[in-house]
Amino acid sequence: MIELLKQFVSKVFRNLFKRKKHIKLGLYGPPNAGKTTLANRICKDWLGEEMGAVSNIAHETREIQIKEEIHIKSGGKELTFNLVDTPGIATKIDYEDFMKSGMDEKEAKQRAREATKGVIESIKWLDEMDTVVVCLDATKDPYSQVNITIIGNLQARNIPVLIVANKVDLRKANMKRVQAAFPQYEVIGISAKYGKNIDAFYEGLFAMAG
Amino acid sequence: MAKTLMRFMKVSLRWQVDTMMLQFVPYTEVEELGSARRVHKLLDIVKQDKVVVLQGRLTKEEEKDLIAITMENINETFKGIELAVIDESTESKDFLKKAKSNFYNFLLGDRRGFTVIGPSSMVKEIKRDPHKIELMTADGKRKKRK
Repeated sequence: MIELLKQFVSKVFRNLFKRKKHIKLGLYGPPNAGKTTLANRICKDWLGEEMGAVSNIAHETREIQIKEEIHIKSGGKELTFNLVDTPGIATKIDYEDFMKSGMDEKEAKQRAREATKGVIESIKWLDEMDTVVVCLDATKDPYSQVNITIIGNLQARNIPVLIVANKVDLRKANMKRVQAAFPQYEVIGISAKYGKNIDAFYEGLFAMAG
Repeated sequence: MAKTLMRFMKVSLRWQVDTMMLQFVPYTEVEELGSARRVHKLLDIVKQDKVVVLQGRLTKEEEKDLIAITMENINETFKGIELAVIDESTESKDFLKKAKSNFYNFLLGDRRGFTVIGPSSMVKEIKRDPHKIELMTADGKRKKRK
Protein backbone atom coordinates (compact mmCIF):
# COMPACT_ATOMS: atom_id res chain seq x y z
CA MET A 1 0.00 0.00 0.00
CA ILE A 2 2.77 2.42 1.01
CA GLU A 3 4.73 1.42 -2.10
CA LEU A 4 1.69 2.17 -4.30
CA LEU A 5 1.29 5.55 -2.65
CA LYS A 6 4.99 6.29 -3.20
CA GLN A 7 4.70 5.40 -6.90
CA PHE A 8 1.62 7.59 -7.26
CA VAL A 9 3.32 10.58 -5.63
CA SER A 10 6.47 10.19 -7.73
CA LYS A 11 4.36 9.87 -10.93
CA VAL A 12 2.46 13.05 -10.10
CA PHE A 13 5.71 14.92 -9.48
CA ARG A 14 7.32 13.57 -12.66
CA ASN A 15 4.34 14.67 -14.74
CA LEU A 16 4.31 18.03 -13.07
CA PHE A 17 7.90 18.72 -14.14
CA LYS A 18 7.46 17.09 -17.57
CA ARG A 19 4.76 19.61 -18.37
CA LYS A 20 7.08 22.44 -17.39
CA LYS A 21 9.58 21.92 -20.16
CA HIS A 22 11.88 24.80 -19.29
CA ILE A 23 12.10 26.39 -15.91
CA LYS A 24 12.26 30.17 -15.69
CA LEU A 25 15.28 31.23 -13.68
CA GLY A 26 15.04 34.85 -12.60
CA LEU A 27 17.92 37.12 -11.63
CA TYR A 28 16.69 39.61 -9.05
CA GLY A 29 18.27 42.16 -6.80
CA PRO A 30 18.91 45.87 -6.22
CA PRO A 31 20.39 48.06 -8.99
CA ASN A 32 24.12 47.70 -9.70
CA ALA A 33 24.49 44.41 -7.81
CA GLY A 34 25.84 42.73 -10.94
CA LYS A 35 22.80 40.81 -12.21
CA THR A 36 23.60 41.40 -15.88
CA THR A 37 27.30 40.70 -15.30
CA LEU A 38 26.24 37.35 -13.81
CA ALA A 39 23.81 36.75 -16.70
CA ASN A 40 26.66 37.49 -19.13
CA ARG A 41 28.95 35.10 -17.25
CA ILE A 42 26.35 32.29 -17.46
CA CYS A 43 25.68 32.97 -21.15
CA LYS A 44 29.37 33.18 -22.01
CA ASP A 45 30.12 29.95 -20.14
CA TRP A 46 27.33 27.94 -21.76
CA LEU A 47 26.32 29.73 -24.98
CA GLY A 48 29.53 31.54 -25.85
CA GLU A 49 27.83 34.95 -26.11
CA GLU A 50 26.86 37.80 -23.77
CA MET A 51 23.32 38.73 -22.81
CA GLY A 52 23.22 42.48 -22.11
CA ALA A 53 25.14 45.69 -21.62
CA VAL A 54 26.64 46.53 -18.23
CA SER A 55 27.54 49.92 -16.81
CA ASN A 56 28.65 51.57 -13.58
CA ILE A 57 25.60 53.84 -13.77
CA ALA A 58 22.61 52.31 -11.98
CA HIS A 59 19.56 51.08 -13.91
CA GLU A 60 21.48 50.08 -17.05
CA THR A 61 19.01 47.19 -17.46
CA ARG A 62 15.59 48.79 -17.74
CA GLU A 63 13.71 46.02 -19.53
CA ILE A 64 13.30 42.33 -18.84
CA GLN A 65 15.83 40.34 -20.90
CA ILE A 66 15.31 36.66 -21.62
CA LYS A 67 17.80 34.12 -22.93
CA GLU A 68 16.09 30.87 -23.80
CA GLU A 69 17.27 27.30 -23.42
CA ILE A 70 20.49 27.56 -21.52
CA HIS A 71 21.76 24.06 -20.99
CA ILE A 72 24.30 23.57 -18.23
CA LYS A 73 26.16 20.41 -17.19
CA SER A 74 28.20 19.65 -14.12
CA GLY A 75 29.31 16.38 -12.52
CA GLY A 76 26.92 14.24 -14.59
CA LYS A 77 23.97 16.54 -13.86
CA GLU A 78 22.18 18.61 -16.50
CA LEU A 79 19.83 21.55 -16.26
CA THR A 80 17.98 23.53 -18.93
CA PHE A 81 16.41 26.88 -18.15
CA ASN A 82 15.28 30.19 -19.60
CA LEU A 83 17.31 32.93 -17.97
CA VAL A 84 15.38 36.09 -17.09
CA ASP A 85 17.54 39.12 -16.28
CA THR A 86 15.45 41.76 -14.53
CA PRO A 87 15.90 45.51 -13.90
CA GLY A 88 17.11 46.26 -10.38
CA ILE A 89 14.39 46.86 -7.81
CA ALA A 90 14.61 50.19 -5.99
CA THR A 91 12.34 52.35 -3.84
CA LYS A 92 13.65 55.63 -5.27
CA ILE A 93 14.83 56.93 -8.62
CA ASP A 94 16.17 60.45 -8.98
CA TYR A 95 17.04 61.72 -12.45
CA GLU A 96 19.55 64.11 -10.86
CA ASP A 97 21.66 61.12 -9.79
CA PHE A 98 22.04 60.21 -13.47
CA MET A 99 23.04 63.81 -14.23
CA LYS A 100 25.83 63.47 -11.65
CA SER A 101 27.09 60.59 -13.79
CA GLY A 102 27.47 62.92 -16.75
CA MET A 103 24.12 62.65 -18.54
CA ASP A 104 22.29 65.71 -19.78
CA GLU A 105 18.93 66.53 -18.20
CA LYS A 106 16.80 65.15 -21.03
CA GLU A 107 18.70 61.88 -21.15
CA ALA A 108 18.62 61.57 -17.34
CA LYS A 109 14.86 62.14 -17.15
CA GLN A 110 14.28 59.60 -19.90
CA ARG A 111 16.45 57.05 -18.07
CA ALA A 112 14.56 57.70 -14.82
CA ARG A 113 11.19 57.17 -16.57
CA GLU A 114 12.38 53.92 -18.11
CA ALA A 115 13.90 52.80 -14.81
CA THR A 116 10.60 53.25 -12.91
CA LYS A 117 8.82 51.15 -15.55
CA GLY A 118 11.58 48.56 -15.28
CA VAL A 119 11.09 48.22 -11.52
CA ILE A 120 7.34 47.72 -12.01
CA GLU A 121 8.02 45.07 -14.68
CA SER A 122 10.46 43.24 -12.39
CA ILE A 123 7.88 43.16 -9.63
CA LYS A 124 5.17 41.87 -12.01
CA TRP A 125 7.46 39.09 -13.21
CA LEU A 126 8.10 37.81 -9.68
CA ASP A 127 5.02 35.59 -9.93
CA GLU A 128 6.20 34.09 -13.23
CA MET A 129 9.46 32.65 -11.92
CA ASP A 130 10.09 29.01 -11.09
CA THR A 131 13.34 29.66 -9.25
CA VAL A 132 15.23 32.85 -8.46
CA VAL A 133 18.83 33.85 -7.91
CA VAL A 134 18.94 36.95 -5.74
CA CYS A 135 22.10 38.82 -6.60
CA LEU A 136 23.39 41.16 -3.87
CA ASP A 137 26.39 43.43 -3.81
CA ALA A 138 28.68 42.02 -1.10
CA THR A 139 30.15 45.48 -0.48
CA LYS A 140 26.75 47.03 0.36
CA ASP A 141 24.40 46.85 3.34
CA PRO A 142 22.46 43.56 2.96
CA TYR A 143 19.75 44.65 5.43
CA SER A 144 18.13 46.98 2.90
CA GLN A 145 14.36 46.62 2.87
CA VAL A 146 14.34 45.98 -0.89
CA ASN A 147 16.37 42.79 -0.37
CA ILE A 148 14.13 41.69 2.48
CA THR A 149 10.96 42.44 0.49
CA ILE A 150 12.15 40.53 -2.60
CA ILE A 151 13.21 37.48 -0.60
CA GLY A 152 10.10 37.63 1.61
CA ASN A 153 7.80 37.64 -1.42
CA LEU A 154 9.63 34.70 -3.01
CA GLN A 155 9.45 32.82 0.27
CA ALA A 156 5.71 33.52 0.55
CA ARG A 157 5.24 32.02 -2.95
CA ASN A 158 7.42 28.99 -2.17
CA ILE A 159 9.78 29.90 -5.01
CA PRO A 160 13.25 28.39 -4.42
CA VAL A 161 15.88 31.07 -3.79
CA LEU A 162 19.65 31.07 -4.11
CA ILE A 163 21.42 34.11 -2.69
CA VAL A 164 24.58 35.22 -4.41
CA ALA A 165 26.89 37.80 -2.82
CA ASN A 166 28.61 39.32 -5.83
CA LYS A 167 31.80 41.41 -6.05
CA VAL A 168 33.77 39.37 -3.49
CA ASP A 169 36.90 40.39 -5.38
CA LEU A 170 36.54 43.87 -3.87
CA ARG A 171 38.22 44.70 -0.55
CA LYS A 172 35.04 46.12 0.96
CA ALA A 173 33.12 42.86 0.37
CA ASN A 174 31.73 41.33 3.56
CA MET A 175 30.37 37.82 3.06
CA LYS A 176 29.77 37.24 6.77
CA ARG A 177 27.44 40.20 6.94
CA VAL A 178 25.36 38.92 3.99
CA GLN A 179 25.18 35.46 5.58
CA ALA A 180 24.15 36.98 8.91
CA ALA A 181 21.36 38.93 7.22
CA PHE A 182 19.83 35.80 5.65
CA PRO A 183 20.68 32.92 8.00
CA GLN A 184 17.97 30.66 6.59
CA TYR A 185 19.57 30.65 3.11
CA GLU A 186 22.81 29.40 1.65
CA VAL A 187 24.83 32.37 0.43
CA ILE A 188 27.44 31.86 -2.27
CA GLY A 189 30.12 34.51 -2.65
CA ILE A 190 31.21 35.08 -6.24
CA SER A 191 32.81 37.56 -8.55
CA ALA A 192 30.69 37.44 -11.70
CA LYS A 193 33.12 39.81 -13.40
CA TYR A 194 36.19 37.62 -12.90
CA GLY A 195 34.47 34.22 -12.60
CA LYS A 196 35.67 33.68 -9.04
CA ASN A 197 33.86 30.79 -7.29
CA ILE A 198 31.52 30.43 -10.27
CA ASP A 199 31.65 26.60 -10.03
CA ALA A 200 30.20 26.81 -6.53
CA PHE A 201 27.44 28.99 -7.98
CA TYR A 202 26.59 26.33 -10.61
CA GLU A 203 26.62 23.66 -7.89
CA GLY A 204 24.20 25.82 -5.94
CA LEU A 205 21.98 26.12 -9.00
CA PHE A 206 21.85 22.34 -9.39
CA ALA A 207 21.07 21.91 -5.72
CA MET A 208 18.23 24.41 -5.98
CA ALA A 209 16.69 23.68 -9.38
CA GLY A 210 18.27 20.47 -10.66
CA MET B 1 6.53 47.05 22.15
CA ALA B 2 5.15 50.30 23.63
CA LYS B 3 8.55 50.95 25.24
CA THR B 4 10.30 50.47 21.92
CA LEU B 5 7.93 52.86 20.23
CA MET B 6 8.32 55.43 22.99
CA ARG B 7 12.11 55.28 22.66
CA PHE B 8 11.85 55.61 18.91
CA MET B 9 9.42 58.53 19.18
CA LYS B 10 11.79 60.24 21.62
CA VAL B 11 14.62 60.14 19.11
CA SER B 12 12.26 61.05 16.32
CA LEU B 13 10.93 64.09 18.16
CA ARG B 14 14.47 65.38 18.51
CA TRP B 15 14.81 64.69 14.84
CA GLN B 16 11.62 66.57 14.01
CA VAL B 17 13.04 69.66 15.68
CA ASP B 18 15.77 69.66 13.01
CA THR B 19 13.71 69.58 9.83
CA MET B 20 11.15 66.86 9.55
CA MET B 21 7.52 66.15 10.28
CA LEU B 22 6.77 62.75 11.71
CA GLN B 23 3.36 61.11 11.60
CA PHE B 24 2.59 58.15 13.81
CA VAL B 25 -0.07 55.85 12.34
CA PRO B 26 -1.55 53.41 14.85
CA TYR B 27 -2.39 49.97 13.51
CA THR B 28 -6.08 50.52 14.26
CA GLU B 29 -6.11 53.32 11.68
CA VAL B 30 -5.22 50.98 8.80
CA GLU B 31 -6.54 47.71 10.19
CA GLU B 32 -9.93 47.89 8.47
CA LEU B 33 -8.58 49.10 5.13
CA GLY B 34 -8.01 46.79 2.18
CA SER B 35 -4.44 46.31 1.00
CA ALA B 36 -4.57 48.86 -1.83
CA ARG B 37 -6.16 51.60 0.32
CA ARG B 38 -3.70 50.91 3.15
CA VAL B 39 -0.72 51.33 0.82
CA HIS B 40 -2.17 54.47 -0.81
CA LYS B 41 -2.96 56.02 2.58
CA LEU B 42 0.64 55.63 3.75
CA LEU B 43 2.07 56.86 0.48
CA ASP B 44 -0.21 59.90 0.50
CA ILE B 45 1.23 60.92 3.88
CA VAL B 46 4.79 60.44 2.63
CA LYS B 47 4.04 62.56 -0.44
CA GLN B 48 3.16 65.41 1.95
CA ASP B 49 6.85 65.31 2.98
CA LYS B 50 6.16 63.53 6.25
CA VAL B 51 7.86 60.47 7.68
CA VAL B 52 5.37 57.75 8.55
CA VAL B 53 5.89 55.55 11.58
CA LEU B 54 3.34 52.79 11.27
CA GLN B 55 2.62 50.61 14.25
CA GLY B 56 3.01 47.07 12.94
CA ARG B 57 3.97 46.04 9.47
CA LEU B 58 2.60 45.60 5.98
CA THR B 59 2.33 42.14 4.50
CA LYS B 60 5.07 41.09 2.06
CA GLU B 61 2.58 41.53 -0.78
CA GLU B 62 1.76 45.05 0.43
CA GLU B 63 5.45 45.95 0.72
CA LYS B 64 5.91 44.84 -2.89
CA ASP B 65 2.82 46.85 -3.96
CA LEU B 66 4.13 49.89 -2.06
CA ILE B 67 7.33 49.79 -4.14
CA ALA B 68 5.38 49.38 -7.41
CA ILE B 69 2.92 52.20 -6.59
CA THR B 70 5.82 54.43 -5.50
CA MET B 71 7.40 53.88 -8.92
CA GLU B 72 4.13 54.86 -10.63
CA ASN B 73 4.11 58.10 -8.62
CA ILE B 74 7.69 59.19 -9.27
CA ASN B 75 8.04 62.53 -11.01
CA GLU B 76 10.34 65.54 -10.86
CA THR B 77 9.28 66.46 -7.33
CA PHE B 78 8.57 63.08 -5.77
CA LYS B 79 11.68 60.92 -6.12
CA GLY B 80 10.60 57.87 -4.15
CA ILE B 81 10.74 56.54 -0.61
CA GLU B 82 13.03 55.07 2.00
CA LEU B 83 11.51 52.12 3.79
CA ALA B 84 12.43 49.99 6.79
CA VAL B 85 10.51 47.40 8.74
CA ILE B 86 11.69 46.75 12.26
CA ASP B 87 10.50 43.37 13.38
CA GLU B 88 12.51 41.24 15.79
CA SER B 89 10.68 38.08 14.74
CA THR B 90 12.60 37.87 11.47
CA GLU B 91 16.01 38.16 13.02
CA SER B 92 16.40 35.34 15.48
CA LYS B 93 18.06 32.02 14.70
CA ASP B 94 17.66 30.59 18.17
CA PHE B 95 14.93 27.92 18.39
CA LEU B 96 13.44 29.10 21.70
CA LYS B 97 13.42 32.73 20.61
CA LYS B 98 11.81 31.70 17.33
CA ALA B 99 9.10 29.70 19.12
CA LYS B 100 8.43 32.67 21.41
CA SER B 101 8.33 34.96 18.42
CA ASN B 102 5.88 32.67 16.58
CA PHE B 103 3.63 32.73 19.63
CA TYR B 104 3.63 36.55 19.66
CA ASN B 105 2.97 36.53 15.92
CA PHE B 106 -0.02 34.30 16.52
CA LEU B 107 -1.34 36.75 19.12
CA LEU B 108 -0.46 40.05 17.46
CA GLY B 109 -0.18 39.26 13.75
CA ASP B 110 0.83 42.29 11.69
CA ARG B 111 0.71 44.57 14.75
CA ARG B 112 4.24 43.49 15.68
CA GLY B 113 7.19 45.74 15.05
CA PHE B 114 6.92 49.00 13.20
CA THR B 115 7.43 50.38 9.73
CA VAL B 116 9.20 53.60 8.83
CA ILE B 117 8.52 55.19 5.44
CA GLY B 118 10.00 58.52 4.48
CA PRO B 119 10.31 60.58 1.31
CA SER B 120 13.73 59.95 -0.24
CA SER B 121 14.18 63.69 -0.76
CA MET B 122 14.41 64.01 3.05
CA VAL B 123 15.52 60.61 4.29
CA LYS B 124 18.68 59.65 2.46
CA GLU B 125 18.96 56.20 3.93
CA ILE B 126 17.53 54.01 6.67
CA LYS B 127 20.17 51.56 7.78
CA ARG B 128 19.10 48.66 9.90
CA ASP B 129 20.76 45.67 11.43
CA PRO B 130 19.54 43.43 14.23
CA HIS B 131 20.57 45.84 16.97
CA LYS B 132 20.04 49.36 15.73
CA ILE B 133 18.42 51.57 13.15
CA GLU B 134 20.05 54.63 11.66
CA LEU B 135 18.11 57.33 9.87
CA MET B 136 20.26 59.44 7.65
CA THR B 137 18.79 62.69 6.49
CA ALA B 138 19.39 64.12 3.05
CA ASP B 139 21.70 66.79 4.49
CA GLY B 140 23.92 64.07 5.92
CA LYS B 141 22.83 64.24 9.60
CA ARG B 142 22.57 60.88 11.28
CA LYS B 143 20.18 59.86 14.04
CA LYS B 144 20.85 56.68 15.93
CA ARG B 145 18.67 54.44 17.99
CA LYS B 146 19.77 51.37 19.98
